[in-house]
Amino acid sequence: MPQTRTSGDLGFRIGTGLFGFVVIAIVGMIAFELTRQSLPTIQKFGLNFWRTQTWDPIAGQFGALPFIWGTLYSSILALAIAAPIALGIAVFIAELCPARIQRPLVFLTELLAAIPSIVYGLWGVFVLVPAVRALETSMPEVLRRLPIFSGPARGVGMLSAALILAIMVVPFTSSVAREVLKSVPNTQREGAYALGATRLEAIRAALFYARTGILGAVMLGFGRALGETMAVTMVIGNDPNVTASLFAPQYTMAAVLANEFSEAADPLHLSALVEIGLVLFTITLIVNLLSRLLIWSMARSARGPAVATATQAAAA
Amino acid sequence: MKSKLLVTTGCVVALVAGTAAQQRALINGAGATFPNPIYSKWFDEYHKMHPDVAINYQSVGSGAGIRQITSQTVFFGATDGPMTSEQLLAAPGKIFHFPTVLGAVVPVYNIPNVRAELKFSGPLLADIFLGKVTKWNDPAIAKLNAGATLPATDITVVHRSDGSGTTYIWVDYLAKVSPEWKNKVGVGQSPNWPAGIGGKGNEGVSGLVTQTPGAIGYVELIYALQNKISYGPVQNMAGEFVKATVESVTAAAAEAVAKMPPDFRVSITNAPGKSAYPISSFTWLLLYENPKDKAQSKVMVDFMKWALGDGQKLAAGLGYAPLPDGVVKLELAQLAKVKVS
Amino acid sequence: MSRTTRRKMLSSAFVGFCALSVLLALVPLALVLFFVISQGIRAINLDFFTQMPKPVGEPGGGMANAIVGTLILAGLGSLLAVPIGVVSGIYMAEYAGTRIASLIRFAADTLNGVPSIVIGVFVYGIAVLPFKQFSAMAGAIALGVMMIPIIARTTEELLLLVPLTMREGALALGATRARAVFTVVLPATLPGIITGVVLALARIAGETAPLLFTALNNRFFSTSLRQPISSLTVQVYNYAQSPYDDWHRQAWAGALVLVTIVLLCSLMARLATYRLESMHRQ
Repeated sequence: MPQTRTSGDLGFRIGTGLFGFVVIAIVGMIAFELTRQSLPTIQKFGLNFWRTQTWDPIAGQFGALPFIWGTLYSSILALAIAAPIALGIAVFIAELCPARIQRPLVFLTELLAAIPSIVYGLWGVFVLVPAVRALETSMPEVLRRLPIFSGPARGVGMLSAALILAIMVVPFTSSVAREVLKSVPNTQREGAYALGATRLEAIRAALFYARTGILGAVMLGFGRALGETMAVTMVIGNDPNVTASLFAPQYTMAAVLANEFSEAADPLHLSALVEIGLVLFTITLIVNLLSRLLIWSMARSARGPAVATATQAAAA
Repeated sequence: MKSKLLVTTGCVVALVAGTAAQQRALINGAGATFPNPIYSKWFDEYHKMHPDVAINYQSVGSGAGIRQITSQTVFFGATDGPMTSEQLLAAPGKIFHFPTVLGAVVPVYNIPNVRAELKFSGPLLADIFLGKVTKWNDPAIAKLNAGATLPATDITVVHRSDGSGTTYIWVDYLAKVSPEWKNKVGVGQSPNWPAGIGGKGNEGVSGLVTQTPGAIGYVELIYALQNKISYGPVQNMAGEFVKATVESVTAAAAEAVAKMPPDFRVSITNAPGKSAYPISSFTWLLLYENPKDKAQSKVMVDFMKWALGDGQKLAAGLGYAPLPDGVVKLELAQLAKVKVS
Repeated sequence: MSRTTRRKMLSSAFVGFCALSVLLALVPLALVLFFVISQGIRAINLDFFTQMPKPVGEPGGGMANAIVGTLILAGLGSLLAVPIGVVSGIYMAEYAGTRIASLIRFAADTLNGVPSIVIGVFVYGIAVLPFKQFSAMAGAIALGVMMIPIIARTTEELLLLVPLTMREGALALGATRARAVFTVVLPATLPGIITGVVLALARIAGETAPLLFTALNNRFFSTSLRQPISSLTVQVYNYAQSPYDDWHRQAWAGALVLVTIVLLCSLMARLATYRLESMHRQ
């Protein structure tokens, strides 16, 4: 686009640029504030903050390992459940279903994303947790001896949290994966069919072509799961615990922030919580960045920048 | 375009109407969930008597109450665990503790098919919360409850996930009756719990206990009463099994009245006396001696005078014990020191 | 079994799996909606929309203050987010390809991915602590910050879709950049921008975490910006964790109202997008 430089245009550029700069400034301020307010614990504990398990505000001992464990465990578990389902939905809508029901199906899956977190939490407390408790109690003894199913059946715990996270993550991953699949050139599929492929094999060719974008979609869901707060804190039991047991109550970084932040009277306690916020911020930043790079690189090579931005929009 | 215009106009109208009607004073306070039932009743009644005053109390936990009043993001705080000397020093001005009512923390439990009232002793409660006693049919529980059929259900300990004065009262008692608890966990509003799941507020704990079979937790008496959760008598220092009632809580405060420290920060857990309920406590409202907003200070002082007088009559109806007269007299003297102009 | 038959069977199984996935996703959706509607409908009455909360343990009362609070917070948040978001989007579209535009895009995407609780912690530090006051303003800032990236990106997308001819036509007639954008290009994309705003509203209407440390909550009816304000989400959260049946019922009613608001917004946004897509495909 030719750029006619008049003073009016320069004013326009600077004016609009300032607004854009506000966005950059906000992100910068978040990073700055989080770091500044967590300096006391950064200085006092250093790297041990990430290795110690004890979270004891009375004694002034702060180790964030249980929260990192809880966050990663719940998110990875949620992803393991959600990714195949989300991809199945994406494939179904993009490749398999008749055009007539495509739009309603898209709308329905996005409805899942629209339900507020607190409503999922409410449903979790009154419906999911009793169901999970019933499931846990009815598990045969021989399975209960495995460490992953050990412990009393309470309902609240890692299993409930992972299930609710999975439900919340599915629509994000599936909508981005769907856009990614749509951007795969038809020539890929047609070539496969020309060679006598079955439905599955042709789709597999498309999936292979879109693999980085799909990975990006999955990671985007992961990023979403990492930061989820309300639904998780209402069903996870809120007990800092590093254990593989699905039945045990555990704690995530977002949940401990929600529970303890407004009351941490001791400056060290407050600083420890803010540091947890800083870590959460950093992890989600990295995950989101990677996922967008993956999606972008795939979509760009497929069709060009216009499609890349459309896919980015779907991920927004 | 139309919808955006509509929303903006609606908001502007609401704001204008709101600020026009907003001639009344709004005072914000935050703190303990322990006295939330009586405080919300009090503030409601006071608002009925003085429609131009609205006192907005948010029960976010004692820990939050202390932090918010220290950072002055609220005008008054409320806590069941008195502020420590360090916390008082950290505040930008002198803070007074005002006991408002007496309450009890009771052990609540939910055991399927057990209707009988279970008796508890201090050491037993400590062992349960330490995670040493894990099943309801443990011999330690059976010993105190001969005749009750106890199932082999797992015990699920429910504690607070937020910083809590109710917790403070509970662990203060446990530390007095169990040296192991004192050494291992200690006393404070956010202890490092050896076992159990966390609920937010007295409300959260009652909710979890009612919904989890085999659960045991600790809540302020009124939450057990209003929610019809089973709670049992606890053995006091004199060896008697006493259930929490207005009388037994008042009995626990009897000795403290005579020896009340000038700043009113006193613990009455494990009180002596045959009819004393061992897990009783004062709950305090926190006010600055010299707050910046004198108009709000005037309102709060007036409210406190009412609460310490007529307000006490509402206490028993909600399961709290009214303050002894001697304590009220001392408080009114401290109230006079709060600057209102 | 011949290889072909096996391949065909695998293919059918795969198709079946995909269809099953769709069902698996729809089941929780149906369950959640069913529960919210069935439980919420019972508690929805005129009282719910007109009454204030009653003291702890007393039955009755409603969430009138919370509903108004949510509307105020959302409205105010939009007032903050729309100018910043739209104008940033304009910059990103008009100067696409420059380093600064890429930086803004990166910042917007980052902001989009920040967990809402972290935003709450941040806004507490800059808008609550310095003023020593929980306030509706702080809550609105938190929600507004979350809305900015959605509005910015949507605006950028739409502006990029506008045919070059329109822009060049304006410039050829001697308009400055500013004029071209504001009088020709932007009006063409207005429906889309509104869609973006509605989408952003849908996103923040259901947020609880950032409001916990900014707007706090308020038992009374308050529209003052410098005081704590009630909101549907925080009220539902408080009631859900209580032991009182009456409060549970009201929590479901609040959830129903929330879900209705969010779904209506999403529906409007989706319908508008379809219309836009069909317009641009010509």
